[in-house]
Amino acid sequence: MTASRAPEFGSLVEIAASVRSGERSARAVLAQSLERVRDLEGDLHCFNEVTVEAAEADADAVDGMVRSGLDPGPLAGVPVALKDNLCTVGIATTCSSKILAGWLPPYDATVVSRLRRAGAVPIGKTNLDEFAMGSSTENSAFGPTRNPWDITRVPGGSSGGSAAAVASGMVPLSFGSDTGGSIRQPAALCGIVGVKPTYGVVSRYGLIAFASSLDQIGPFATTVADAALGLEVVAGHDPMDSTSLERPAPSLLASLGDGVSGLRIGIVDDFLSDVSPECGAAVIAAAEALAAAGAEVDRVRIPELLLGLPAYYLIAPAEASSNLSRYDGVRYGLRVDGPDAETMNARTRGEGFGPEVKRRIMIGTYALSAGYYDAYYGQAQKARTIVIRAFEAAYQNFDVLLTPTTPSVAFPFGSKVDDPIEMYLCDLCSIPSSLAGHPAASVPFALSPEGLPVGVQVLAPALGEVEMMRVAASLEQAAPPGVRGPVTP
Amino acid sequence: MTEYETVVGLEVHCELSTATKLFCGCRNAFGEAPNTNICPVCLGLPGSLPVINRRAVELALRIGAALNCKPQRSIFHRKNYFYPDMPKDYQISQYDEPINVDGFLELPDGSRVGIERAHMEEDTGKTTHVGGGGRIHEASHSLVDYNRAGVPLVEIVSRPDIRSSVQARAYVDELRAILVATGASDGRMEEGSLRVDANVSVRPAGASEYGTRCEVKNLNSLRSLEHAIDYEVARQIELIESGQKVAQETRHWDEADGSTHALRSKEEANDYRYFPEPDLTPLVPDAHLLAAAAEGVGPMPAQRRRRLAELVSANAELATRRDGSTDQVVTVVDLGLDDLVVGAVTAGADPRLALARAANEAAANPDAAKKLDPAAFAALCRMESSGQLSATQSKEVLAELMSHGGDPGQIASRLGYEAMDQAALEKTVGDVITSNPEEWQRYCGGDEKVVQFLLGQVMRASKGRANGKLVAAAFAARRDA
Repeated sequence: MTASRAPEFGSLVEIAASVRSGERSARAVLAQSLERVRDLEGDLHCFNEVTVEAAEADADAVDGMVRSGLDPGPLAGVPVALKDNLCTVGIATTCSSKILAGWLPPYDATVVSRLRRAGAVPIGKTNLDEFAMGSSTENSAFGPTRNPWDITRVPGGSSGGSAAAVASGMVPLSFGSDTGGSIRQPAALCGIVGVKPTYGVVSRYGLIAFASSLDQIGPFATTVADAALGLEVVAGHDPMDSTSLERPAPSLLASLGDGVSGLRIGIVDDFLSDVSPECGAAVIAAAEALAAAGAEVDRVRIPELLLGLPAYYLIAPAEASSNLSRYDGVRYGLRVDGPDAETMNARTRGEGFGPEVKRRIMIGTYALSAGYYDAYYGQAQKARTIVIRAFEAAYQNFDVLLTPTTPSVAFPFGSKVDDPIEMYLCDLCSIPSSLAGHPAASVPFALSPEGLPVGVQVLAPALGEVEMMRVAASLEQAAPPGVRGPVTP
Repeated sequence: MTEYETVVGLEVHCELSTATKLFCGCRNAFGEAPNTNICPVCLGLPGSLPVINRRAVELALRIGAALNCKPQRSIFHRKNYFYPDMPKDYQISQYDEPINVDGFLELPDGSRVGIERAHMEEDTGKTTHVGGGGRIHEASHSLVDYNRAGVPLVEIVSRPDIRSSVQARAYVDELRAILVATGASDGRMEEGSLRVDANVSVRPAGASEYGTRCEVKNLNSLRSLEHAIDYEVARQIELIESGQKVAQETRHWDEADGSTHALRSKEEANDYRYFPEPDLTPLVPDAHLLAAAAEGVGPMPAQRRRRLAELVSANAELATRRDGSTDQVVTVVDLGLDDLVVGAVTAGADPRLALARAANEAAANPDAAKKLDPAAFAALCRMESSGQLSATQSKEVLAELMSHGGDPGQIASRLGYEAMDQAALEKTVGDVITSNPEEWQRYCGGDEKVVQFLLGQVMRASKGRANGKLVAAAFAARRDA
């Protein structure tokens, strides 16, 4: 049951440099990736589909550019895995739902086209909790993904496939989406780095919506530098997304080595009592390491952040209930026929959606209904504002905040799936920055007694990615050996 | 018997005549092959996102300004309900923070109807039920065309200030003129560019509380609007008179049987679960937007009527009085001929004459009349006023001017309408007196009516070239000499 070290690809910069120089072909890098997929996919089920032919064609195109003296870009030849809620033209995009099984989008998500333009080679679509609703990938209509550190345990979710693909060394870089922790939580449970950027830094165009005011795309990688480069490539204004910020992509790589000297770092006390001992201990150890590296570290209480979880579980389902209305059997995806449109619609949704999706549609519909709106959705929006104000106050005194990423390490399959509230609590520490639209990153920092990775979460105010990633890089340096992937199950 | 007062508020949906749709780059066009003007955004495909069309915002603000509304910071909401012709199964609309609020519309009779709001929203697709005579319950299947999905609409909601079906009709008529004048819409009811729903209630005359209202839909013409309100008012009065209550419900106007039928009651109504649209940011009408909205907007019909009335009578009160010249003012402004009249008056034409010729003869062919050169029209009016042309001749010259253009003086001489010079006129008058001594004696003896006969003789002798006014003056001068 114990995982062993896995062969590494080298850093993204190294891969791209070798491909750009012609020293190594994109096709050879891809072969290494696909071989790893062939070896482990049966055990892990990271992918809904591995698109071998498309990947080979993309790799050949990159090699062709190099031969013609053209620069394929900063991710030249880098194999990348994409969460299966990112639209890919002509490649099935399913959200791990029966209702979208086999749906072929006529367009690429902005993130996907930016990755291609940077020379990356997408190798397939990764598994997720249906419509990104869940924390274990157990809600996938196509079966769960397993954690490469221990295949009897969940990889986290909802971006579990993307996290496990990086953590098992199948790809050096993958992308997921994070609505309440769906990048950070699986990153923590899989011992890798996961980054949720500031809301609006990465275009959501082509990301199939779960909760539009919270959804953000971000990278998974084994190192902070690789995650930083991945984010740099996909970030920046997109006219197709009205909520995309009108500013260029942040420059992160350049300042990763700047250290943390003089940065004011707050340890958020409020979560420490609600998490397992190893998760709490990792935060304390991380704080000590940062203090040793020259940061000013202090403890801070922000009890308002605990309002985040209940507020989130009204706002996100409310938006989801509306976003998922369009799966009505009329235009695309599953259709279960009926004598009239209404029956067809009801049957299609009844058969097409899994139980967790239905639960959230019902919660959200209820929260928005006449007579209940003020008490639920309205109240939740007020709580959201309180969370934002509380962060604002805290950031008067701190540059970044430190919390556990998750309340526990990876848990065994089936241990929470029958108790929605228990599952929802997985997002306790990650939700507040989602509600505020702030950036947050999870960095592997410890191993639990049973040898499972423990993540520490670094939070920053809006557009504080540069400081956040400096702290993440510093933590990475200070972390004990063996806490991060890739590993072989 | 109790007297009842009719209370009507109207909701008018107006399709904006933008080149592209509200949230994507698809063409906004009517009558094309089904499902040709569509893309991932207006089809609501998974992952697609709306981006606001700035031009639509400008036109919405322009409509607001024309209706004397206040522009304000606004947001979009989602109106959630399932229907196959709605791609996302929610409509992006404005709810409690609309772009325009608190305006009014002035009708030609001077009355004002309050405008509660004029907000933006997207249109839906169009469903056609196949088989069963097009009725949904008997149809074998339905076809959906999404070309219209995402077309920009402005919904103009009046206050319940309208007191009769006639006034309701006048309101829609005036609103349509305003929408066309702003360039925001083509105003075509038959193509669905303008769609009207009426909220109708009745109350005892003098009551201050409103009665229970019914919303009447499917009003496809001004005629059906008027008839449906009349029907609905009679139905509601009958209910009340027989001791029953009016139920708040949505009713469908059936053009064929001339009555309204209940569609759904308040209890069965959809719960639209409105909430702020997270995919769009607030719209702030900054100076730049307001300037773009104001650009190219001419004066509205009410102002143009006032300007014309003042010009004609130097008395603004005339504009609100229902007399002959007021009707002419309304006609001329409706047809867009007011600039012609104003131009002609500036060039020296008699205002009342120019107005009359524009409202009657020019109005018969407004397209040609709009192309008239105001200077030529003024020259024609001057020829008529000075007696150079008779009224009949002037109308003939005007018809020629509209169909072929040219110079009115040349047209008049080509038609042989040379005015008789004074000598020829005097000679003809003398000849007529000589050959009709009996009638002349009667005239000199004070029989004013006989002058018509004498005048007719001069006209016959001159083949219509003589100016009636001058002839009458010549007879009078000889009698009084």
